[in-house]
Amino acid sequence: MKVLVPVKRVLDYNVKPRVKADGSGVDLANVKMSINPFDEIAVEEAIRLKEKGAASEIVAVSIGEAKAQETLRTALAMGADRAILIVAEGEVEPLGVAKLLAKVVEEELPGLVILGKQAIDDDSNQTGQMLAALLNWGQGTFASKVEIDGDVAKVTREVDGGLETVSLKLPAIVTTDLRLNEPRYASLPNIMKAKSKPLAQKTPADYGVDVTPRLKTLKVVEPAKRQAGVKVADVDELIGKLKTLGVVA
Amino acid sequence: MKTLVWVEHEGGAVKDATLAAVTAASQLGEVHLLVAGEGVGGVAEAAAKIAGVGKVHVADDASLAHALPENVAPLVVDLMANHDAFVAPATTTGKNIAPRVAALLDVMQISDILSVESEDSFTRPIYAGNAIATVQSSDAKKVITVRGTAFDRAAREGGSGTVEAVSAKGDSGLSGFVSAEIAQSERPELTSAKIIVSGGRAFGSNEQFHALLDPLADKLKAGVGASRAAVDAGYAPNDYQVGQTGKIVAPEVYVAIGISGAIQHLAGMKDSKVIVAINKDEDAPIFQVADIGLVGDLFKIVPELTQKL
Ligand SMILES: Cc1cc2nc3c(=O)[nH]c(=O)nc-3n(C[C@H](O)[C@H](O)[C@H](O)COP(=O)(O)OP(=O)(O)OC[C@H]3O[C@@H](n4cnc5c(N)ncnc54)[C@H](O)[C@@H]3O)c2cc1C
Ligand SMILES: Nc1ncnc2c1ncn2[C@@H]1O[C@H](COP(=O)(O)O)[C@@H](O)[C@H]1O
Repeated sequence: MKVLVPVKRVLDYNVKPRVKADGSGVDLANVKMSINPFDEIAVEEAIRLKEKGAASEIVAVSIGEAKAQETLRTALAMGADRAILIVAEGEVEPLGVAKLLAKVVEEELPGLVILGKQAIDDDSNQTGQMLAALLNWGQGTFASKVEIDGDVAKVTREVDGGLETVSLKLPAIVTTDLRLNEPRYASLPNIMKAKSKPLAQKTPADYGVDVTPRLKTLKVVEPAKRQAGVKVADVDELIGKLKTLGVVA
Repeated sequence: MKTLVWVEHEGGAVKDATLAAVTAASQLGEVHLLVAGEGVGGVAEAAAKIAGVGKVHVADDASLAHALPENVAPLVVDLMANHDAFVAPATTTGKNIAPRVAALLDVMQISDILSVESEDSFTRPIYAGNAIATVQSSDAKKVITVRGTAFDRAAREGGSGTVEAVSAKGDSGLSGFVSAEIAQSERPELTSAKIIVSGGRAFGSNEQFHALLDPLADKLKAGVGASRAAVDAGYAPNDYQVGQTGKIVAPEVYVAIGISGAIQHLAGMKDSKVIVAINKDEDAPIFQVADIGLVGDLFKIVPELTQKL
């Protein structure tokens, strides 16, 4: 079974995002960019499936500017076998990404696509579900456990009330939650090896997909700032403050 | 505009998150509801009483019992022939279903809205809430998820909607429900709790987390939350996680104990009315958002606080 893993290049999660003064967006000039953390978990899960013999080949895909190559090399260094970069200038929305991925799926015929549950830049949490809809496949979102048994995937999902397990007929879509696994670090030899792994370059036009955005960003602002409050010296003073606020009687 | 709101329900009751979604939808126009599930006649009647609600579409079928998106989405798509917007609460169920509906309608979803600016413009958080974007949709139909803490809840009483049965689309054959482990707790649910006490990595173990936090929560009648680090370490179950990728909460009081205040955590609680932080590191970022801060060792402070309350 082939596994497809879409990975997005995003602002590194350790960097504090800064809103641009002109209100057009978040400043991404000269800041550290990394693979979306949930996608790193997706790559790791694919590698584990391969190590268990449930997957045969792992193909990483990214849609974005040419620099998204670096993100794909990260996936290759972790253990993906080859990569596809669909170069697109400007932002491609989840709907456009899902349409492109559906075309890649038509060509590659994977048994499973593992995506992150959410990109930590747009926080959309949509692409996997949209891809499942376009392909008319089952979806196991927010996964904390994935088991492949023949042509069925059993997926445990992190839901608001706790955990839920669903079974999906393969091929299917899985999106990762934080506790699915802990991604490995790529070793230096593997980073070197990744440089010579195949990376194909495409454009949305190659797939005949129109990725014109449907949402227009009118402006981006900083959220209202909270004022830092007061420090209290001890528990008694804390309780006093809580009483003033009417929190405790 | 005619909106269709996904009714999230549990144990025969409409959940609070639905009420916030109704408020958001009412700012767009006429509010219709969709109640889907098995044996949900009572839920539909309760839903019809929500203030401001017009028609309640009820789809009662075994294939809808677990809200599997593969079975629900085609039903919603059918109903969208007569509606202009599909509105769902940004719960794990809403997030599972709405994008599937959006793609089938060829619409770009607007996730987790904070406000309705006009019929086609909305604000929503990006980058863990470090930026707020105003976006305008050019799609003819809108698909929207609603952040529950950003809208007042519609009143549960006062409406007089009419209930109308619709037929389910049957089982897709793509997926099946296997099992659920839903925590049963006497404590208020995080997203509805007035007070939340939340613990971080500093608790050191599952035993200490519960031995210290549970009595405090009992005293305050509070819900219990956790940071990702505490959940990852197994001190608390996943549904306790507050943050960018966990639950978004905005209680009257949020007490963060042994939590450093990473942006991913702040994203989930910084709209709380009063934030109290207890941390032994006086430079912990959590103090930058805390209204009341107490520097010190939680293993000493928490028992003392519980005892004195
Ligand atoms: C993609 C992604 C998504 C994430 N989503 C979330 C999310 O939704 N929610 C979330 O919470 N995090 C999330 N995180 C993780 C986040 O970045 C932090 O790692 C996490 O919040 C840290 O948890 P913590 O504050 O408990 O632990 P730490 O950062 O280790 O902080 C522990 C704190 O306890 C204090 N302390 C230690 N001992 C004591 C003591 N005896 N008494 C008092 N104080 C003490 C320390 O001073 C420190 O400030 C996410 C990360 C990523 C990459
Ligand atoms: N530009 C992209 N390239 C590759 N994968 C993407 C892209 N955008 C989103 N994805 C995938 O879809 C997931 C969810 O993203 P989102 O719906 O934007 O929150 C991500 O974790 C990725 O796996």
